[in-house]
Amino acid sequence: MTLGEHAPVFVVLLPLTAALLCLLASRLHRELGGWLVQLSLFGSFLASLDITRTVLRDGGQTLHYWMGDWSPPIGIEFAVDPLNCAVLCTITFIALVVSFYSVPFLSEEDWMHYGGYYTLYALLTVGLCGMVITGDIFNMYVYLEVMSLAGYGLIALGGKKSMLAAFRYLLVGTIGASAYLLGVGYVYALTGSLHIPDIAVRIQPFIHTPLFAFAVACFLVAFGIKMALFPLHGWQPDAYTYAHPGAAGFISGCMSKVPAYAMLRFFFFMFGIHNTVMQALLDVLGIMGICGILIGSLMALAQYDFRRMLAYSSVAQLGYIAVGMAMGNMYGFIGAVLHLINHAFMKCCLFLIIGGITYRFGEVNLYRIGGLNKKMTVSTVAVCFAVLSMVGIPPTCGFFSKWYLMLGAYEGHQYIYIGILVISSLLNAIYYFRIIEQMFVQREASLTEIHKPDSKFGLPMNMVLPIGITGLSIMVLGIYSMDIVTRVIKLGLPEVFLR
Amino acid sequence: MEALNEFLARRGIYTLVLILFFLGVYGMVLSKNYMKKLMAMNVMQVAVIFFFLCFAQKEGATIPILVPGNVNPADYINPLPHALMLTAIVVSMGTTGVAIALLMRIKEFYGSVEESEVLRRASK
Repeated sequence: MTLGEHAPVFVVLLPLTAALLCLLASRLHRELGGWLVQLSLFGSFLASLDITRTVLRDGGQTLHYWMGDWSPPIGIEFAVDPLNCAVLCTITFIALVVSFYSVPFLSEEDWMHYGGYYTLYALLTVGLCGMVITGDIFNMYVYLEVMSLAGYGLIALGGKKSMLAAFRYLLVGTIGASAYLLGVGYVYALTGSLHIPDIAVRIQPFIHTPLFAFAVACFLVAFGIKMALFPLHGWQPDAYTYAHPGAAGFISGCMSKVPAYAMLRFFFFMFGIHNTVMQALLDVLGIMGICGILIGSLMALAQYDFRRMLAYSSVAQLGYIAVGMAMGNMYGFIGAVLHLINHAFMKCCLFLIIGGITYRFGEVNLYRIGGLNKKMTVSTVAVCFAVLSMVGIPPTCGFFSKWYLMLGAYEGHQYIYIGILVISSLLNAIYYFRIIEQMFVQREASLTEIHKPDSKFGLPMNMVLPIGITGLSIMVLGIYSMDIVTRVIKLGLPEVFLR
Repeated sequence: MEALNEFLARRGIYTLVLILFFLGVYGMVLSKNYMKKLMAMNVMQVAVIFFFLCFAQKEGATIPILVPGNVNPADYINPLPHALMLTAIVVSMGTTGVAIALLMRIKEFYGSVEESEVLRRASK
């Protein structure tokens, strides 16, 4: 076997190794641990690009990697199909970019905090990547917990109020994880298997039993909590608001998307959607999504803390993904996957920018950032891209995912979704254009500088570059969204849509 | 009476496990003390572990160690749920550890682990 054949396992293995060595390296030299983690994330990104190349070269054939060469369903496998590739590249790319961004926030910390931060950061990446590519539902539970525990730590590092936010998230998140485990128990008791494709076959005789319905409900609650779907989103605004500013971009960008993606895999690839239980479940999901969109947008409108507004906006955007799944047709599905990827970039970009504003001025109030366009050029340009994309204006990527969602709603004759999408886009416009108005039109606010800038962009270079890159990638994703859909996502559609 | 006996024999243990699970959730939602919430969380996790161990049970079967001469799989208990639960126990211990560490910081910072007290000081 060559090194390239082991690429799927390297995606997870490299950050895991770096996480274990990070504190030791930081003990030797404070910044060594950070470099080690950044290097490993770069390796992980390269490995996921390599997998993507292999999978696309084979015409979308799923790539299987058997742990220790034990064949499934006995052994555990990493299964990479085109959808996994797209999500995996998104996660590793954002992880890599944000890992450079965090450095200035840690400049005054001792080796223990420096190394500890990067250890948790690498573990969070391990959990997210593992959840995406694993083909075994119990293995996914382990990655879910790795992700959650690292996430609690990173949120708790954020300062004063963050401990409380992290503790509450821990309580709610553990209910989610326990519900997931209960669901796994039911599925295992029914089918005697933990391997996703194997379950998909063996579950068929049981799809009309109440036990199956209970298992599905458990998974809905579990992923609903982890992805902050509307009535289960209570933990999320506090957690995002008080998370460590260096990692907030990564946490808000990826930590709620990956459970959403796992839900999509479970419902469309494992249980299939053409049975009465799943049809009822999709209706419930649709109602939750609609409520999430409307209430999330309205709550975002009422916030004056920039980060809190973004957090509530995330509730609304996760509602879009839920609605896309609930449509249960091909365009809705494509819209959900595309929005998952796009929203990761948009929200990451916005959180990086507010992190930058906090770093330089210590200000998070939306109404006190007037005249920022003269002080932080790159950031304000990136804000424009992200805001236009959030509202859904072409050629930014947010337009295309909403377009596919609307096509899905039209195809399925679910016209109410179109109405909801239009209303929520208008609400988005109201609360996001306030930011642009504040930055460009309002007169200059008197802000006290905490950290004097050493470059003409108003922020340290390793903060400006990530902001610029994520802002630019919003445009690039928008321009190439046609290619992403036809060359990647359409190759990985579940079987129900291919007939 | 016959029906009740039948129900208890077939579903009794699962009913108890589910009651224990929701008792844990109930405790987490309603108790006013963060330490008690944490303990209720552990009760909930233990309920899930019990659930796995219950359905792994098989009547008339022995522990999954090969008895010389007997290669009939029906005579052995399925060891996988137990193995899975070992992992789950480790995970729940990790979660509890993180939770206690957070709770210690909360106590240090707010001087209390009573919810009303902490919220009162946090909103100041």
